[in-house]
Formats: sequence, structure tokens, C-alpha cells
Amino acid sequence: MGTSALIFYILSAVMILSAIAAVTARRILRAAVYLLFALGGTAAIYFMVDYYFLAAVQLIVYAGGIVVLIIFSILLTTHINEKLELPRWSKISATFSLTAVGFAITTYVLTAQSFTTGTGTFADATVGLIGERMLAYGEGGYVLPFEVISILLLAALVGAIVIAKRNPPAS
Amino acid sequence: MIDQVPLSHVLSVSSLMFFIGAYGFLTRKNLVTMLIGVELMLNAVNINFVAFDRYLYPSGINGHFFALFIIAIAAAEAAVAIAIFINLYRNIRSIDVEEVDKMKY
Repeated sequence: MGTSALIFYILSAVMILSAIAAVTARRILRAAVYLLFALGGTAAIYFMVDYYFLAAVQLIVYAGGIVVLIIFSILLTTHINEKLELPRWSKISATFSLTAVGFAITTYVLTAQSFTTGTGTFADATVGLIGERMLAYGEGGYVLPFEVISILLLAALVGAIVIAKRNPPAS
Repeated sequence: MIDQVPLSHVLSVSSLMFFIGAYGFLTRKNLVTMLIGVELMLNAVNINFVAFDRYLYPSGINGHFFALFIIAIAAAEAAVAIAIFINLYRNIRSIDVEEVDKMKY
């Protein structure tokens, strides 16, 4: 087993364990910190396949933005010492068996499928190439989703402000 | 990593992460922890896109763009969701899903 394979398996073990901890931790703040580890491990996998820009975006937007937002909302809405009550055992076992069956079916299909690995030179995802493709409208250009995303972000910005704004007292 | 780890292992890791997120989404009652489950699921899908792109179509970077757009949508979704949680908490002093029935109209 080569070094990068070893690094990949260690990383995925860390990711999976922290993901499990994020959905089972009884203190919400700890769940958010475990989520941070899972997202950081994903960024490391992006680094391993040479997608440096995507890894940087993952660290900035997920780890820097979304986790901080989640931590803010936890601090605003729950007491810091509060422990979540455990869900009922019937619910836990039903959900666990449902997701386990889903995972088993997915892995069965994955292993039965023979993927033909692509050939050709690896495209170097430099920031220049990403910028050109993002604004190109020919083949392989992504200008339409880019514009749609910009409208979506504007709508989310306005919507978040309007929803979270303190309503004037009803007169 | 590409020539040493088979594609099915990467896909297994991402599908395991997806179903862990689904488990969290279905068992949790606090809205913030449910959001954490949704973020895990979106993240697992991103790993899938990047793995397929790198292993099967190495000369293009289309999966890279899909992952980028999913990250942007996840950010917008988290911002709106947290605004709703804060407004709910201000109105009913709780973000437990079983007590949230005010939004039914």
C-alpha cells in the first residue's frame, strides 16, 4: 500500500468517525465541532486529487462560513450546558436499519459495477482555467449556472435579512 | 491517490457519509442538528462528484464545477435556514421540531 493510499484511508476513517460523532453527540456545540472535522477531511481529499481551488473554497465556505454560522445559531438558541435527550430506542433502531439497508444496497451496486477508468492527461484545474470556464458560454462553459447562482445568493441574502429581522411590535 | 485507491472505495466512503447524515436528519429533534445532517449529506455528494470526475473523466473539470455550485447552494441554504431558526426561537422560545407548528397556515 502506497503512502497516499494510507493517507486516504486514515483521512476517511477520521471523516467517518467525526461524522458519526456529529450526528450522535449529545452536546450540540460538540456536534458542530465534529462537523468541522468531517468537512476538513473532505477538503484534504480535494487536495489529494489536486483540486486546490475547490479545497480552498471548501475550507473557506464550509469550515469558515457555515460552521461559524451554525455555532452562532447554537449560541443564540440553546443553553450552553444543555444536553440533548436521546431519541427513543424504537426510532433509533428503525432509522439505523433503514440507513444500513440503504448503505448495503449502495455498496452492493457500487462493487457490482465495473467502472472503466478514463484515460487522457489530467486537466490542471488552475484558477485561470476555472475563471475562463465559469464565464464561457460555448461548450463546457458555465455562465448560465453562474448567473443563476448569483441570483440565488442575492435572494438568500435578502431573504435571510427579512426573515431574521425583528418584527415591529403589533399595534 | 488516483492510481492507488480504487474508485469503489472512495464511493463507499462518500455513501457511508451520506447515510450517516440521513441517520442524523431522521433521528435528531433539534433543528440545528438536523441542519448538520443535511450538510453532511451535501458534502458526501460533493465527494462523489469529484471522485467520478477525477477517475472517469480526468481530462475535464466538470465535476469540479458541480461541486462548486453545490457548495454555493449549501451556503445559501444554511443562511436562510439559520435565519428561520432564529426567528422561530424569538417567537416560540424553542427550536425543537415537535413544538414547531406555527408555520402551518
